Amino acid sequence: MTVGAPEIGYALTVIGFALALWGAGAAVLGARGGRPALVTSAERAAVGAWALVSAALVLLAYSFLTFDFSIRYVATNTNLGTPFYYRITAVWGALEGSIILWAWMLGLYTFIVVRRYRRRQPALYPWVLAVMLSVLAFFLLVMTVPAPPFQRLDPVPADGRGLNPLLEDSGMITHPVALYLGFTGFTVPFAFAVAALITGRVGDFWITTTRRWTILAWYFLSLGLLIGGWWSYHVLGWGGYWAWDPVENAAFMPWLTATAFLHSVMIQERRRMLKLWNLTLIILTFSLTLFGTFLTRSGIIGSVHAFTQGSIGIFFLVFLSLVMLGAFSLLAWRLERLRGQSELDSIFSRESAFLLNNLFLIAAAFTVFFGTVFPLLSEAIKGQKVSVGAPFFNLVNIPIFLALIFLMGVGPLIAWRRASAENLRRNFLMPVVIGVAGAALCRALGVGNLIVLCCMGLVAFVAATIALDFWRAARARRRTGDGWLDATWGLALRQNRRYGGFIVHLGILVVALGVAGSQAWSTQTEATINRGASVELAGYTIRFDDLQPVEESNHFKVVGTFTVSDRRGPYTVLTPAKKFYPQEQTPIAAVDYRLGFMEDLYLVLGDFARDGSHATIKVQINRMVSWLWIGGLILTLGAALAIVPEPRRTATRSRPEHAVVA
Amino acid sequence: MSTRALRWAIPLAVVPVLVLLAYGFRTDPHAIPTPLLGKPASPFTLTAFDGKPISLEALRGKVVVLNFWASWCVPACYDEAPSLERGWQAYRDRGVVLIGINIQDKEEPARRFLAQFNHTFPNAPDPLGRVSVDYGVYGVPETFFIDRKGQVRFKQIGAITDEIMKQQVEKLLAEPA
Amino acid sequence: MIRARTVTLALIAALAVAAPLAAAPVSEETVHEIGAQLRCVVCQSLSVADSPSETANQMRGIIRERLAAGDSPEQVKAYFVEKYGLWILLAPPRQGFNLLVWVVPFAALGAGLVLVVLLVRRWSRRPAGASPVPAPDAAMRARIHREMAEREP
Repeated sequence: MTVGAPEIGYALTVIGFALALWGAGAAVLGARGGRPALVTSAERAAVGAWALVSAALVLLAYSFLTFDFSIRYVATNTNLGTPFYYRITAVWGALEGSIILWAWMLGLYTFIVVRRYRRRQPALYPWVLAVMLSVLAFFLLVMTVPAPPFQRLDPVPADGRGLNPLLEDSGMITHPVALYLGFTGFTVPFAFAVAALITGRVGDFWITTTRRWTILAWYFLSLGLLIGGWWSYHVLGWGGYWAWDPVENAAFMPWLTATAFLHSVMIQERRRMLKLWNLTLIILTFSLTLFGTFLTRSGIIGSVHAFTQGSIGIFFLVFLSLVMLGAFSLLAWRLERLRGQSELDSIFSRESAFLLNNLFLIAAAFTVFFGTVFPLLSEAIKGQKVSVGAPFFNLVNIPIFLALIFLMGVGPLIAWRRASAENLRRNFLMPVVIGVAGAALCRALGVGNLIVLCCMGLVAFVAATIALDFWRAARARRRTGDGWLDATWGLALRQNRRYGGFIVHLGILVVALGVAGSQAWSTQTEATINRGASVELAGYTIRFDDLQPVEESNHFKVVGTFTVSDRRGPYTVLTPAKKFYPQEQTPIAAVDYRLGFMEDLYLVLGDFARDGSHATIKVQINRMVSWLWIGGLILTLGAALAIVPEPRRTATRSRPEHAVVA
Repeated sequence: MSTRALRWAIPLAVVPVLVLLAYGFRTDPHAIPTPLLGKPASPFTLTAFDGKPISLEALRGKVVVLNFWASWCVPACYDEAPSLERGWQAYRDRGVVLIGINIQDKEEPARRFLAQFNHTFPNAPDPLGRVSVDYGVYGVPETFFIDRKGQVRFKQIGAITDEIMKQQVEKLLAEPA
Repeated sequence: MIRARTVTLALIAALAVAAPLAAAPVSEETVHEIGAQLRCVVCQSLSVADSPSETANQMRGIIRERLAAGDSPEQVKAYFVEKYGLWILLAPPRQGFNLLVWVVPFAALGAGLVLVVLLVRRWSRRPAGASPVPAPDAAMRARIHREMAEREP
């Protein structure tokens, strides 16, 4: 038997799986029997498993870099012409590699849990460790049986097949990493929730401990979604950033439930309510992350993202079933401890706003879920294949998102418990006026679409509430002598959760504006023109100059040269291309674009004559798409602010919002 | 709801969803059934690669096998090509016509494909995709079997084999015109 | 004879005028609109309007051709459904079983709203524990500012 990289890698995987499995079992036994020695053993197993997965990952990357085609995965996803950086990202470019990345991140998080909570949470810790190791063991099992990355290829081919050309992009470096950091990040709060249920400590403890994990995971998931949108926009050649593709939906659903969770835990922290609901939400969120990976890998729903099938789908479905049935059974078991003493003072209160927020987010998640599985349902019951796509999702979700934007403005400012008429007037009169004015302004500027008008008005309303709160609070601080800058900065740091949240809301607003603007005002056209002729759109003239073949290291492309002029004269030269990869059946469009703050110019090369005498060109003027990415940056700042550790002071639950009376 | 009932309801509520997902393993999202079965085949007139016209209506009374292919369709079209030629040789004198329709392709690679497999049955390009859309083609290769009365009777998605060819053609030949 | 020729000429003249009228001008907007409701068969989730693939390109050409020949948008869509099945529509028609997908989400939202309202009412019926903290009015706010100014260094 030859011993090379495939065998070593496989051995690492198997031993890692064994360690994780042992660790999970030891942790459970140690927790039940109160035997710290077993728990310590589980810890060591966890660290060991992570070390082995890291070694496997490094080995895989090394194999890619050195063109080790004896590994089937390497041979399928790279060839001698693949550029160096893409050889590294190709590690997670297909099914098996994505699992190893996931497993590595899980191992990393488990390691961090071991370091942080070993001493701090003696009651919950062993169970948390058990859950995390069980999940890690599952993914290592997947790496061992249905989707081993270290399968030997015999005989060793001279050259590999090559990376999917759509993945040869910077988005490939960041999108899966961010997305998986988000997905795996939710394992930690889930593990704590399960630990809380098992030990019966279903108070706020598990929530406050995992607060930062939740925000971090939520942030990475948001980032992953936005980068996915960016990748779709500038690579796939259709000029859009979201297609309601089943796999996009699969990543969106946990984001929606996680957002609901983020908000509703605030009610539990304040009012000790909704314990049952919060536990349900985190179980749902974690289950949805598993559901997402199931969807991408099982092949039951066709998708542009889908990796291939095999028995891996069954593994995931079984695990998903175990997780859901197990977690919900635990929930049912502890039901009595979770119910009761919910009190609300008034319908007009922040609690109500949060409840509505949750309602709409869950409704959106349900809509996306239902639309995604409906084709399956239709086939199961009526035997008929149907498609559920953008027209459906847009129709149902848009009103929900508009309502959520409205709540973003109301929620942070309305009082807890009971909002008096005075409170409502003080906080909302001005923003409502500004909101209506904003909508009127848009109408005056010529916007006819009712939905866009609503969106603009709501965005103005919410922005005004944020500005109002900042201004008032900073003004209050200023009375004690700070300058404006100090006041704002100090405010942001002292109440970083609140103001981090505001900035995140602002980021979401900017994204919403970008979505509304791009849907309402983008325009496009398609034409076949001769060399030297032009096509016009929205004040731009695009002239077809030339068509040239170019040879690259692993593909051949035909590049079109187009000079774009606006009213003032020549503006830029764009070179969209069509790339022909030997391993792909059809050519890939390489889009060229010019990004701007308010509008992007976007060119896709279609069909062309061999001699370059004419070509079909699709021109898009996409408006306000850049706002999505800018919104993402703002979101980053907000999330960073929200996680900043609070300065050491005596932990108080209530924030200084109630009147301070001497 | 009483605590007891809720206790059972919560975990059980999950089951229908899991069952639905499990059902998903039995379906193939890529195999779309065609609504054309039992309906009259759409008429078309194309110009073959050798310049001669091909018209479906002129072939009424014969069994027609319509094969959609492309030179970039690797490996399926290449796998099935010899079977097609064999089928043609076996049945051309028994009232069966085999027509190949080349879609979304360039002339040179298409001719090279034909030369590679020495196809002697009529092949025509479908430059604007009219015929392929008329037959609800969504991938290559796809093969349609049209009976003597001009109705579409069977659609093969993916590469065709000698057995399938024989089975379908024999069945349709046995039927009266 | 003369009459036959006149009639023939008149017919030809009439046809010459009628022919361009029969080819109705097709707006790219309409093509885009119809395309947005059809699923691109090779890309799974993109619409025919959006997809850069060759198949979608050809399908757009067919849409243009049919519109120019006088078909209404509904007829064009019906043509595609006839050839590909209901699956070609990006959202199922609102009839029969497929009505479910349109109705259930709204029904769920409605049911959720009702649930939230009921819960809020049930929870607010019980008397609140401590008396709620009064929201500061103008006088109290002035006092707060004064005291803050006195406190902070």
